[in-house]
Amino acid sequence: MTGGLALFVAAPLAGTALCYVFARNTALQRAVAVTVTLGVTVASVALLVHVDTVGPVTTSMGGWPDAISITFVADRLAALMLVVGNVMMFAVLVYAIGQGARDERSPWYAPAYLALVAGVSGAFLAGDLFNLFVCFEILLMASYVLLTLEGNDDQIRSGTTYVVLNVVESLVLVTGVALVFATTGTLSMAELPDRLAALPDGVALGLSLLLLIAFGLKAAVFPLFSWLPDSYPAAPSPVSAVFAGLLTKVGVYAILRTQTQWFPDTNRTLLLVVAAATMVVGVLGAIAQADIKRILSFHIVSQIGYMIAGIALGGVAAVAAVVFYVVHHIPVKTSLFLVDGVVEQDEGTSQLDRLSGLARRSGLLAVLFLVPALSLAGLPPFSGFVGKLGIVTVGLDQGEWWIVAVALTVSILTLVSMMKIWTGAFWGAAPERQRVGVLRHHPLMAAVTWFVVALTIGVALFAGPIYSFAERTADDLRPGPAATTGTGAP
Amino acid sequence: MSLVQAGLIAVLFSVGTFLVLHRSLTRIILGVGLLGNGVNLLILTSGSVPGDVPILGEGGTELTDPVPQALVLTAIVIGLAIVAFLLSVAYRSWTIDGNDVVEDDISDRRIAADPGVDEDFGEET
Repeated sequence: MTGGLALFVAAPLAGTALCYVFARNTALQRAVAVTVTLGVTVASVALLVHVDTVGPVTTSMGGWPDAISITFVADRLAALMLVVGNVMMFAVLVYAIGQGARDERSPWYAPAYLALVAGVSGAFLAGDLFNLFVCFEILLMASYVLLTLEGNDDQIRSGTTYVVLNVVESLVLVTGVALVFATTGTLSMAELPDRLAALPDGVALGLSLLLLIAFGLKAAVFPLFSWLPDSYPAAPSPVSAVFAGLLTKVGVYAILRTQTQWFPDTNRTLLLVVAAATMVVGVLGAIAQADIKRILSFHIVSQIGYMIAGIALGGVAAVAAVVFYVVHHIPVKTSLFLVDGVVEQDEGTSQLDRLSGLARRSGLLAVLFLVPALSLAGLPPFSGFVGKLGIVTVGLDQGEWWIVAVALTVSILTLVSMMKIWTGAFWGAAPERQRVGVLRHHPLMAAVTWFVVALTIGVALFAGPIYSFAERTADDLRPGPAATTGTGAP
Repeated sequence: MSLVQAGLIAVLFSVGTFLVLHRSLTRIILGVGLLGNGVNLLILTSGSVPGDVPILGEGGTELTDPVPQALVLTAIVIGLAIVAFLLSVAYRSWTIDGNDVVEDDISDRRIAADPGVDEDFGEET
């Protein structure tokens, strides 16, 4: 596998180029996009098995030494995120083809989508900080295009906020990169933990906060989340599904790497407070909304809080819980948006006051919504329970009872807002003006939604093996300099 | 890092920040451009003191670190793409409603427009 990591970025980018060549032929574009995403999905599963059994894989471009070349590194965490990310990208692509919405038939959809795949994969595999920044830019650029593809009033309005905030975030990130380079003389993720540990505390704190602001905006944590609930609902359902499932999680991934490996325990209290505020504000925002997409968008913010809480608590057990939580969250969130897409296709709206009695018309659709919704709230048979249990257990072990109390309360409020969607859209009598039993969505959309919901159930069924893999992953992430500085969490 | 460079970076950052805080997208774009230049200069100065040309000066002792220059080159290209995209968004915004003002969030506007929002908040269903 050595030397092959660049393919995870190069293949989608080559696909982007091909799609531009075939701009006049939607069928050919779809064929290229499906082939490429399916190919990288299969390859990333093979990579995951290889990394787990043999060990981390590194690729350096152009034969330069590791410190100055463009490096891709696949450890367990990167490989796992790559698999989850690529599976979602592939599933949502098939869903979008089934839906065949106006923006999907645009000649610029497939190229932008493949560039997004390249950017997300690259961000997971990046072996140095600048490379991470570049991959962030690739995925952001692709997301700008996807978000404003139709170019209507609503998309331009919310897209402007999204683009400007993310551009400012990029500038903060690159400032952080420059200062890290100025203080340590390297950008390689392998060397940075040792070099950063040697810095004076104040300098390290400044750098960690700068990077935290940059990645925190991407992950939509408490004071920096306001762009998310406004911009995601403006996109078509498949686009918002993939944004909701993946993009914020790339930010969480970056926070996980930087805060646990580079700045262990530097920002513990700050992160705990931010996590609690993110959970509470997100879920209260969700309860106040009256549109399925907006409720779900606020939930993304709320759920990010759980992940940040786990990162803040620190230590192998907490990181394992966060890894599991991310793996559970991505398919759950994606499937909820996919269900919303089906509802919108059938009913032409996602506003709760214009929907009613969907459960009577399609019991299967109701089940498809209920499984991920209950999982998101963390009810026992579903995957969300395992994820929340992990984080709550670590919180209790470390005596941070208040974050546990916040997490459990927010979990109940999550259930309340999910019930709001349930009673508003699925429960009740079907309006008489609609013909009962006639649903207009494409079978591919339903098939993909079933597939993703089945994945969330799979995460619950195989919680044991996945959790033990998450523990091995967390063990890899054990902060290097912790042994010398004695900062290891209990 | 010379004082002049540091001062220039400070000016670019402050002016850029001031412009980004405006409501007009055109000013924001100008601000992004200035901030981007400030950051690029910062990267350049992060490569320690300037010395000889990195490649030609082989054998010399005072070489400039070539890595920041490679980074700046990439950052400039990315900055160009972002400014181009922002300009097209501003133009599109202008064709739609004749201005390029960044508007408020839907919820903000709904709450601001509804004086009775306290009584029926959360009762939309």
